[in-house]
Amino acid sequence: MPESNSGRYSPLRQLVLSRLREFYREPEAVFWVYGFPILMVVTLGIAFRDQPVEQIHVDVVTGPQAESTAFALRADKRFVIATNDADTCRRRLRTGKTAIVISPRPETGRGAGGEGQATADTQSESSPQPTPPRPNPLPVGEGTAGGQPAAGFTYLFDPTRPDSLLARNAVDDVLQRAVGRLDKAVVWDEKFSEPGGRYVDFLVPGLLGMSLMGGGLWGVGFVIVDMRLRKLLKRFLATPMKKSHFLTGIMLSRLTFLIPEVLVLLIFSRVAFGVVIQGSFAAVLALILLGAGSFAGLGLLIASRAKTIEAVSGLMNLIMLPMWILSGIFFSSDRFPEAAQPLIKLLPLTMLIDALRAVMQDGTSLAAMTTQLLGLAAWGSVSFVLALKWFRWV
Amino acid sequence: MPAISCRNLVKTYDGRPPVEAVRGIDLEVREGECFGLLGPNGAGKTTTIEIIEGLLPATSGDVEVLGRVWGRDDDDIRQRIGISLQETRLSEKLSSLETVTLFRSFYRQGIAPEDALRRLDLQEKSGAWVGKLSGGQRQRLAVACALMGDPELLFLDEPTTGLDPQSRRQLWDIIRGFREQRRTVLLTTHYMEEAERLCDRVGIVDQGKMIALGTPRELIASLGGEHVIEFSVDASSSAGWHAQSEAMGVVSSDCSHALPVGQGVPPDGFTNLPAVSSAWTEDGRIALSVTEPHVALPALLSRLQVLRCDLTSLTTRHASLEDVFVKLAGRHLDGEERPHA
Repeated sequence: MPESNSGRYSPLRQLVLSRLREFYREPEAVFWVYGFPILMVVTLGIAFRDQPVEQIHVDVVTGPQAESTAFALRADKRFVIATNDADTCRRRLRTGKTAIVISPRPETGRGAGGEGQATADTQSESSPQPTPPRPNPLPVGEGTAGGQPAAGFTYLFDPTRPDSLLARNAVDDVLQRAVGRLDKAVVWDEKFSEPGGRYVDFLVPGLLGMSLMGGGLWGVGFVIVDMRLRKLLKRFLATPMKKSHFLTGIMLSRLTFLIPEVLVLLIFSRVAFGVVIQGSFAAVLALILLGAGSFAGLGLLIASRAKTIEAVSGLMNLIMLPMWILSGIFFSSDRFPEAAQPLIKLLPLTMLIDALRAVMQDGTSLAAMTTQLLGLAAWGSVSFVLALKWFRWV
Repeated sequence: MPAISCRNLVKTYDGRPPVEAVRGIDLEVREGECFGLLGPNGAGKTTTIEIIEGLLPATSGDVEVLGRVWGRDDDDIRQRIGISLQETRLSEKLSSLETVTLFRSFYRQGIAPEDALRRLDLQEKSGAWVGKLSGGQRQRLAVACALMGDPELLFLDEPTTGLDPQSRRQLWDIIRGFREQRRTVLLTTHYMEEAERLCDRVGIVDQGKMIALGTPRELIASLGGEHVIEFSVDASSSAGWHAQSEAMGVVSSDCSHALPVGQGVPPDGFTNLPAVSSAWTEDGRIALSVTEPHVALPALLSRLQVLRCDLTSLTTRHASLEDVFVKLAGRHLDGEERPHA
């Protein structure tokens, strides 16, 4: 019995449904699309979590003053102190097991020993007596530790290592106070931790952009080349199916996968790391849709003529690699040389991530980001038009 | 109005050297008939059918499908035809029902997906993923997809290639059922049995040209007889062959090469036997087209006796389209070259 067309047979609906079914019935694909970004947030979030430095490894070279020096250092709870011979200390510094090596010296004096440069705080010696802001720790040599107090120290450290430099200053602070330095200024420490300012707050928009790019390019490009290889595109061409329905169906199904993908990432980073959106959620959503559409267009273009999976994979990597590196997913793209900046700013991923960060971290409104919005729209629509023009069905 | 008509169809693929896949094919498929393009692999069957299907542009020539022309009435034609390509891998993660429903949605009018599955005896596999179907079931599903728009004209490119005999017969029944509704079928095949049993008319294609056209019966009749006698003789018994054959005016060949013949020259030495209408060689054996085997056989045996050749094999059978192809093209349909002297 001939049956007329009805809602059940809406071609766009059927095309989108088919894509969604194919996707959700492929567990690996689901993992890579949804699981992978979460794994990234978890790993990087843990690696770069914003916690105060808990431990500073400090080595003291064995000698008559080693004991008293170590005793003085115990005033700062962050220090993990080890006493070793000079060679062991150097090796431990070289291999990063310790941040600094302290050699106590019995006498003071400029240039008294080796490559080390003696430093003396001349100001504190001739200063009057202000009220110290904190109680002075025990001077070296007093109390139960015993032994001759050291008069000077050689700090062996690596100034290019931030932890080494930090250790040098912390150690110096404690030791200077231990030999009697008085701090004159009254200081108040206030901890700065504004929401939106942590690394993880910086990272989440980057990962969001990266996942939109990967999903858009792979989700569209790979699927199309696969269909072409299977001669399914040719089979569709042999039906009265409208080409615009097919391409729109691919784009729509891509946007549909995206909703859970984005939600999972946003909810997870909110729950696990307290990442909140400073700007409006609608603005973020608009950016996500625009970005996804733009990358889906690019994916369509990449796949428009490729005949093999190898060819399309190569093209994908060619397009994605520069953006992975340059567009500031993990660190700000401002770190690249000034001369390269105009080019970097033109990349769609840079535009998307910059705009996402502005909204999510600083609460900027979309109106302030016309350049990025127009840029993304241009990337997407130009790619889509070219893809339609060049598309190869067989 | 014919369902399909094409005139002087030519398709040349670019390349070095250019490949002339189709070299001037004329074809007319009548409404309501099942027409078969028969030929070996690489003969140009698929190129021809894909040009008619509007999937490939022809280099030159005219094609009309259902009285309409590609490039002008595309959607109109597409709504009325159904196509099954030679190799389409349907999505493995969709069920049979989902697959046919998807194809149904492309047509303005058509049959219900459940109905299509029932027609192709796939109703029990309606919920099964395509990836879990057997080769025969997948092929039937591909035909079901072609039927979704309730087409007037059905194209099937090698519908039964690679199928087991049972699945093949099942598909034949389905195609016959379709034709019984007075609809038109154009199919390609390299199985002569399929063409003989299924098609009202057959066009034999070789090297981009149509070398014969007609009903299977007509084509077989063109051999001269409905029977074929095939025989070969022992090489060692060839003594005297030359003298005798020369004396009798038969072709001057050497028995020791199992009666080889030059290219294009049939072993005419046997055509003057009673009831023999034509002769050719096939795999080094001589084949005779025979109207009355009981007349031709005794005459053949006495001729061989005179020639002092010992028979090593002798068979008689009904003539087939395969014989027509071998006689015309000098090769078998499966593409094996006949050994030449």
